[in-house]
Amino acid sequence: MAKLELKYGNHACAEAAIIAGCRFYAGYPITPSSEVAEKMAELLPKVGGAFIQMEDEIASMGCAIGGAFAGKKSMTATSGPGFSLKQENIGYAVMSEAPVVIVNVQRGGPSTGLPTQVGQQDIMQTQWGTHGDKLIPAFCPASVEEVMEETIRAFNWAEVLRTPVVLLMDEVIGHMKESVDMDKFKNPEIWNRKKPKVPPEEYLAYKPEEDDVPALADFGDGYRYHVTGLMHDYTGFPTTNPVMCQELVERLIRKVKRRAKELEKNEEFMLDDAEFAIVAFGSTARSAKLAVKLAREKGIKVGLFRPITLWPSPEETLYRLAGKVKAILVPELNMGQYVLEVERCTKGQCPIFRMNRANGQMIYPFEILEKIEEIASGKIVIPVSKA
Amino acid sequence: MLQPIDISLEKALEKKPYFKYLRIDKMPHIWCPGCGNGQVLKAICIALDKLGIDNNDVSMVSGIGCSSRTPGYFDGYTLHTTHGRALAFATGVKLARPELTVIVTTGDGDCTAIGGNHFIHACRRNIDITVLLFNNWIYGMTGGQVSPTTPSGSYATTTPYGNYEPNFSIADLAIGAGATFVARGTAYHVTELVNLVEAGIKHKGFSLIEVLTPCTIQYGRKNKMGIVDMYMWLKENTIPLKAWEKLPEEKRQGKLPRGILHHVDNREEYTEKYYSVVEKVMGGNK
Repeated sequence: MAKLELKYGNHACAEAAIIAGCRFYAGYPITPSSEVAEKMAELLPKVGGAFIQMEDEIASMGCAIGGAFAGKKSMTATSGPGFSLKQENIGYAVMSEAPVVIVNVQRGGPSTGLPTQVGQQDIMQTQWGTHGDKLIPAFCPASVEEVMEETIRAFNWAEVLRTPVVLLMDEVIGHMKESVDMDKFKNPEIWNRKKPKVPPEEYLAYKPEEDDVPALADFGDGYRYHVTGLMHDYTGFPTTNPVMCQELVERLIRKVKRRAKELEKNEEFMLDDAEFAIVAFGSTARSAKLAVKLAREKGIKVGLFRPITLWPSPEETLYRLAGKVKAILVPELNMGQYVLEVERCTKGQCPIFRMNRANGQMIYPFEILEKIEEIASGKIVIPVSKA
Repeated sequence: MLQPIDISLEKALEKKPYFKYLRIDKMPHIWCPGCGNGQVLKAICIALDKLGIDNNDVSMVSGIGCSSRTPGYFDGYTLHTTHGRALAFATGVKLARPELTVIVTTGDGDCTAIGGNHFIHACRRNIDITVLLFNNWIYGMTGGQVSPTTPSGSYATTTPYGNYEPNFSIADLAIGAGATFVARGTAYHVTELVNLVEAGIKHKGFSLIEVLTPCTIQYGRKNKMGIVDMYMWLKENTIPLKAWEKLPEEKRQGKLPRGILHHVDNREEYTEKYYSVVEKVMGGNK
């Protein structure tokens, strides 16, 4: 028998972080993510970990990176405006290769927007928010149980890739209660950072190994090294050598990209014989799933493709999907962000329709159904760029 | 052409044991001729040596700017972070690894302008971090712009008609925010500075040591002061605390006291307090 427990989305995230080995949390309160911090404040002392409520979002991100270099699995959680503030130090985490998990429970924006209402408006900010070139993995759960799975997965990949990983939730997922099968989280697979195998005097903190990831020694373990946000060489010291600089940026992207197939995770629902596909994620995907069932009852062959790993994009999978269906509909709680990725990846193989909302309300199943019916009957013919 | 002096590291270490804290291979440093930053780094190294703290037990964290290049020359666990954020990163390191001696090197702009919020809250928490604040009254690395400590009337590239803003008194700011150890030294009085750094590291809690150090190029050039003028200014306008206390108000004008200005040792240190809570919570579960 499964061991079912009723859990609150944001609390589930904190509990899973502890299971994943998180022992350091620095954050700043912001709706709708605050319950992650509250739960961490309660749980971390119980396992000997450290919790700190910092003076602001920028400090929280910096503090979490400090904790990561001092050897702890480290996390921070925030929401739209806080995520914007953290961007500077997220870039630092990319450049300095700090393993750290950033939870973003999205709300409506821009600016302070709709603090207590849902949005999916940080899809592009997650990837392009901080300046410079990079590839930041982002996982997007659609249920409370999946919040737990994806939190653990986020920690695993952050440690293995030595990179920040974003757990991209939305207000509905963070604030809902659902039953979770706790047996699944009894002995989950946990990955840890690579420690150096050489003595301290031979250690180069930024010399990549075969997988493009350098081993990471913890501050305090006798491996003295330098960390900077500047372009650096293998020793970690600043360099302006054009060859080294180019190599570094390419490697930072490549180390994530080369694992893209392993990182990719999707749910496919009734897609086998589908003539139309809906591509949706997070809470919107739940409406879309019901819409698929309702459309099937009406004889419309539609299926759902739900990316769980949003970044890196499932490029090939989306391309193949577009080759199989007559049209794709992308409903999302923003004015059209992920649809651009779908368009890019599918390379014009089928018309792409969008459905957008940014008023803090969900997109309801019947609305998606209506749109699918229109698409199936050939009523709407305007593809994405003009819609 | 100057020829490098052929002297072995072993020999140098014999005479100057504090050299062991330096990354000699990263020298020469990037600081300008006459800059006081090297003196501050030297003072930190000598203080650590006097205290017998091993390289493997020290983490040095900095933000951005001239002062913040210090960790690059210091042989420890070193973090050169984002502008103004050194104290946030250092808080993470200290809280995750309380056994480390954590030193922050920062500048007047880095610490009290962009990093002002982090600064007052680190003071408030009383976390055991020793801050060396290199106060050179100007933004050096970005080309000599006005800073929160640029004296009124002084010239900077962004105050071509003279500075019209009032400036921070860093020591008062720190004391007001709750720092438990506040001192002021100068790059001219190096022996004294060593003692201040030593006392600051020994102090269990947040220590701020403001070091007046000349920016001979950016500040000096803009304000028509040569290297010697600037060091002489420090010599003539800063007064040991004991003498300062005896001075009548009218003679204090334009002058600054040096020494330990504020020291409270009965307030609990942040990480100790936090982990005592952890111990209690974990104990309760047994």
